[in-house]
Amino acid sequence: MPFGLLKYGISNDYPFEKEADLPLPTELKRQYDVVIIGGGGHGVATAYYLAKYHGITNVAVLEKGYLGGGNTARNTAVIRSNYLTPEGVKFYSESVKLYENLSNEFDFNIMYSQRGQLTLAHTDATVRAFRQRAEVNKHFGGGTELIDPRDVAELVPTLNLNPANLPVLAGLWHKDGATARHDAVAWGYARGATQCGVELHQVTEVTDVLVSNGRVTGVKTTRGDVNAGVVIQAVAGHSALMAQKAGFPLPLVAYPLQAMVTLPVKPFLTPLVSSSALHCYVQQTSRGEMVIGGGSDPYPLYNSRASLPLKEGLISSAVEMFPFLSEMRLLRQWAGITDMTSDYSPIMGLSPVENYYIDAGWGTWGFKATPICGKTMAELVASGGKVPELIQPFELARFDRFKQVNEMGATAASH
Amino acid sequence: MKIMTCPLNGPRNISEFVYGGQVKAMPDHQNVSDTDWAHHVFYEKNDVGIVLEWWMHSPSSFWFIAERHNATDEIIRTYPADQLFKQRVDFVANEGES
Repeated sequence: MPFGLLKYGISNDYPFEKEADLPLPTELKRQYDVVIIGGGGHGVATAYYLAKYHGITNVAVLEKGYLGGGNTARNTAVIRSNYLTPEGVKFYSESVKLYENLSNEFDFNIMYSQRGQLTLAHTDATVRAFRQRAEVNKHFGGGTELIDPRDVAELVPTLNLNPANLPVLAGLWHKDGATARHDAVAWGYARGATQCGVELHQVTEVTDVLVSNGRVTGVKTTRGDVNAGVVIQAVAGHSALMAQKAGFPLPLVAYPLQAMVTLPVKPFLTPLVSSSALHCYVQQTSRGEMVIGGGSDPYPLYNSRASLPLKEGLISSAVEMFPFLSEMRLLRQWAGITDMTSDYSPIMGLSPVENYYIDAGWGTWGFKATPICGKTMAELVASGGKVPELIQPFELARFDRFKQVNEMGATAASH
Repeated sequence: MKIMTCPLNGPRNISEFVYGGQVKAMPDHQNVSDTDWAHHVFYEKNDVGIVLEWWMHSPSSFWFIAERHNATDEIIRTYPADQLFKQRVDFVANEGES
């Protein structure tokens, strides 16, 4: 409306102030029905589905830093479901379906871009593993197929088909593969949740979990104690430390995961390309930056420092795949702390403490699971502790029964 | 370059070493319950602080123990495993089990 614009042009009022995306901070109440520890993608997504689909709005999301400032901001924004286990494929393909409609659901653009994801096989053993992954995917509803090097060259003409003298034998082509703006996912969920009445408290650190008679009663925070009927922890890299505050251990090991982006260039690379042997993946963001990521650090550390040897290794692999990348300049590099399980699957659902639910073990696969994770964790809370079928295989108790979900389709897993 | 001191070979680049997990007390494997064994296999100490770890110097295949801070990455000291493990553990299968 040009006249509307003109009105704002001569007025002193800033038009959007009254409809800010997030409400201003309020006092922390002493009592909530549900407290969610961690204001990252998973935490605010859980709050969103609780409020919007289950009518549970007396919810506080407590975040020690700022909204989406942890691993939600540090992942490389890959969305895919081409995993290996039936449990994993079913779970992640539900997530991909939710992602496809997320911008409409939020009325907020998350810049979801379905470009397809291509993983390269350089050995016969990997080709066999990929064939199995393609079949499992087709069976459980994902769009994945095995393609030959000619098709690979057609999809990505700029790719070196003999990187580091490891000829490309085949590709696992996952046409559902996508990327999105990771910050926008957290913002969209947070906006939707707060519009329904959820309180998001940033700069509010949970220092202890209050448990009495095996049942959670609330949390201690840097802004005072809060009583809660249900507490959910969704704190990514520090999951094991948080669970210890609630009084139980988690079978997790924290490893740093490093990544980087270059300065932007004109678009030349549509799919997300990953090499199984070089442990490196390369993609171009919608802004034109090249994102380079790979495997975790070689030993555990609760520190998001970067190390030159790992960066050098990643860059040399990326340059093998796309030799002209050696001409480009790096813009940023960073690391995040990933909470790795021994079977590369998450830990979701019940914990040894009653009404204390866990959403942990997200290692290197957390961002792509954000929507389905929020949806299923909300169902778990709304049903009073009935674990949804989709996440039953990921229960914590599986480790005691040797019932792991061996997810070798995870990026960090060797192929 | 990060340096680790191998008790056998002296200070070397960290890239020559392989991490081998935390040092944990092994339960009596003959009489341990499945749950306790699962805990031994899958759970590690998760506090932030100094941890005892197995490391191997890869070119010489020499295994040793390191005390390292798992947040600052400071290596406090390294020493041969026989300073901690004085006795050999022999695994014997139970009669009648296969």
